[in-house]
Amino acid sequence: MIARMIVKRLLISVVILLLVSLLVFFATLLLPGDPARAILGQQATPERLAALREQMGLNDPVWLRYLSWLGGLFIGDFGTSAATGGPVSELLGDRIGASLVLMVLAAVIAVPAGILVGTYSALRRGRGGDHTASGVTLVLAALPEFVIGIVLITLFSTTVFTLLPSVTMAPPGEQVWNYPSQLVLPVVTLALVVAPYIVRMMRATMIEVLDSGYVEMARLKGVPERQVILRHALPHALAPVAQVIAIQLAWLAGGIVVIEFLFRYPGMGQALVDAVANRDVQVVQAISMLIAALYVVVNLLADIVGILTNPKLRTEA
Amino acid sequence: MSTTTDTPRSDGSAPAGTALEVRDLRVARTADGAEVLHGVSFAVAPGTILALVGESGSGKTTAGLAGLGHFRRGLRHTGGTVLVSEDGHAVDILELTEPERRRLRGGSISYVPQDPALSLNPAMRIGAQILEVLHVHGYGGSEQERRDRVAQVMQDVGMPHDEAALRKFPHQLSGGQQQRIGIAMAFACRPAVMVLDEPTTGLDVSTQALVLETVSELAARHDVAGVYITHDLAVVAQVAQQVAVMKSGELVEQGDCAQVLYRPRHPYTRKLLSAVPDLEGRRSIGDVDAITGDLPAVDAPLDAGGETGTADAPPQPDGAAEAPRPVSPSADAAAGGDLRGESRTVPGEVPATGQAHAGTVSTGNGAIPAGAGSADGPAGPGVTEGPDGTAGGGNASAPEAVLDARDLRLAYGAHQVLDGISLSLRPGESMMLLGESGSGKTTLARCLSGLIGSYEGEVRLDGRVLAPATRQRSVEERRRIQYVFQSPFSSLNPRRTVAESIEVPLRMNYSSTPAQRRQWVLDALDQVKLGREFADRRPGELSGGERQRVAIARALVNAPSVLICDEVTSALDVSVQASIVDLLRTLQIETGMAMLFVTHNIALARHISQRLAVLQRGKIVDMDDTAVVLEQPKHGYTRELIANVPSL
Repeated sequence: MIARMIVKRLLISVVILLLVSLLVFFATLLLPGDPARAILGQQATPERLAALREQMGLNDPVWLRYLSWLGGLFIGDFGTSAATGGPVSELLGDRIGASLVLMVLAAVIAVPAGILVGTYSALRRGRGGDHTASGVTLVLAALPEFVIGIVLITLFSTTVFTLLPSVTMAPPGEQVWNYPSQLVLPVVTLALVVAPYIVRMMRATMIEVLDSGYVEMARLKGVPERQVILRHALPHALAPVAQVIAIQLAWLAGGIVVIEFLFRYPGMGQALVDAVANRDVQVVQAISMLIAALYVVVNLLADIVGILTNPKLRTEA
Repeated sequence: MSTTTDTPRSDGSAPAGTALEVRDLRVARTADGAEVLHGVSFAVAPGTILALVGESGSGKTTAGLAGLGHFRRGLRHTGGTVLVSEDGHAVDILELTEPERRRLRGGSISYVPQDPALSLNPAMRIGAQILEVLHVHGYGGSEQERRDRVAQVMQDVGMPHDEAALRKFPHQLSGGQQQRIGIAMAFACRPAVMVLDEPTTGLDVSTQALVLETVSELAARHDVAGVYITHDLAVVAQVAQQVAVMKSGELVEQGDCAQVLYRPRHPYTRKLLSAVPDLEGRRSIGDVDAITGDLPAVDAPLDAGGETGTADAPPQPDGAAEAPRPVSPSADAAAGGDLRGESRTVPGEVPATGQAHAGTVSTGNGAIPAGAGSADGPAGPGVTEGPDGTAGGGNASAPEAVLDARDLRLAYGAHQVLDGISLSLRPGESMMLLGESGSGKTTLARCLSGLIGSYEGEVRLDGRVLAPATRQRSVEERRRIQYVFQSPFSSLNPRRTVAESIEVPLRMNYSSTPAQRRQWVLDALDQVKLGREFADRRPGELSGGERQRVAIARALVNAPSVLICDEVTSALDVSVQASIVDLLRTLQIETGMAMLFVTHNIALARHISQRLAVLQRGKIVDMDDTAVVLEQPKHGYTRELIANVPSL
């Protein structure tokens, strides 16, 4: 039964990715500008433009171009960047790595912190600690990510404390993680954006679980409080939170665009902003597909975790 | 035990042979300081069971949990002591620190919760859950010893104890099995006292009998004291030696089981006793007064109507006569109109025919076919003839059954839920559909009403075949079959006022004006004896019994010909159940509608139904007049059910 459910989720994911590829491809067609002219510049002669269009297949029917682009995706060929003239995959290789570093660090900090603070809030329901946590997370959740980033920059890298660099300035060819101090602000900003939702959801489900019959029963069995929380309450409270975590992680993939732009971080998001500015259609398509794929994969993982942790689905009744 | 029975409150020292003694316990709400337990005292001796009896809100669970030193959120201890015997010494659990209290909980005093489905951890295997309590209390010297103990308690509660059984999750067990796991868990550490909080509420009679037997046996064999919290006095008679009756946070009567149940001194105990339905129908549960303040005067208006045959007096829906309610242009109009005719003529006629049957219908106040065993036999068909005859003219097409189901079948995958069910309801007839959980009784009720439309076979209303699903049925057809759901706590929209909820079905009739509808709503509220002042309240402000009355009013407001009641009393206290049964029976007689009363409680049979159908695994195994089924059950299953009914 479980295998069937997972296969079904997988098939749905594939269908979603196909739909996204259609959307991405035809949406980028609507972008103003001509890729051939973008590559050759304003001074190009009509002949050279025509030749390049022919070479890039721009004269083919739209559906043929879509299919060949889609086929390229399967073999890792994302096309040619108009800006650099080189393959898109080469351009993105390092940047994907840099973005993943940022996202993974943010997730590793935000998820446990969110769960801890949410649980703490639920346990101290109605007291000072709970009110403080609720207030702070509400404010953070209400602020756009660039505002949080700017506040942090003001606090830590300008007049108040000059502790951390506000922009990333790794020499070309060197990896971003060789300069850990430059990672601090972007990672903290992302974590602060993502964590509040996890905290609030965790608090809500934890309160519900703490009021449940089986938690009361565990206490009446004489189980120590710590074990009541860890063994009886937490596993049940986590299941709904896993969905929220998935959505937040997927959001990271998109949210990173703004953060990277803000901190001049050489990642995928920055590349996307540049590509849109340069009418670099192939790069825009590739990054959009990557972000979409990340969304789908993370949600798929959350679904699978949900299925696997539910004993009702794991065992036939 | 006899030392502690009569005057528990005064004497100071704990008798040597006491497992649990509660003295002058006071508990108050933290929010407003209002006291909810006003000095409760009781004591239990090893090997005996004390029943703590009372209705919802009487504080019996609060008192029971205080025995474990536990107070639910919003409650706090304000006075009194709770002495628990730990290795022969009495310890005041309320004086202990939290870790010390934990040592006693589950060890010396344990708890069996009301709803095992909610109280077992759904993500832990049952073996692990029992093992956990042994671990926490350091039972035995080795893991093997603890595992052996788990196997042993599983055996004690009559469950298989092999590895496969212990590796099951709670959802893989039936309700009765879950409850036995709860008992096994409570019993694992050989406690001195077990507090059992309504452990059989929600179980059907056979399972209940098994659980009661397990509890009595454990208490007697291992010298465990039991505090058995319940609202059902029939259960008390089965399981307890001592009884303490609670009302609004006070113990009103306390003593030996025989004395309290058979020679009750306090009027409240007598009222509770009179509400217990019995298989023989000797007691008329229709006689109950409003005990909890739940009901404003149940029987006063009935007396007038029932006896004299002029029942129109208070609850007659005037609206019905003045403005033809659901206007339907179709051919149904005839049937519908004549139905409304029934609701006027029947009250006058039925009691007349009823009296001919020596009080089956209009005996005493309750108008429940309560006693008078002599006339029970012919009563069923006799009464149904009444409305049929008086309904007159318009019913040419339906001489016999108003609702007729033929060969209903429904399967979910390989599981045959309904396996060829045929039954028919005549106008004015009340039929009980009896079955245990999983027998398919609710499914059948839902098929008849069209809530489940995927069945095979046919359902006829007045001889015409109905479309399977409600959506395909005409407004008129839907109006004529109404449904009351099991739980009044979930069947009413909490954001709507009572009047808004009741008005919903009236909106099917587009030609009515808001003023007319308001009038009908108020009439319906009168009909269910709630009174008009309830119209603008919301369900949150009402008690369970009041909510169920609202749900009944919502079903009645359109003057249905068939009322399907799906376990309408199983979520309610016994005394509230009595008043609801009383109300339904009265309404049915007044309006002449047919009623299908779905339940697992066979003890209600004589109090509600003329005919009785017994359902087992999707098949009707026994169906006849109630008296015939109860006195000469044809099927072994029916006999077993009857044998398992606890009685006073």
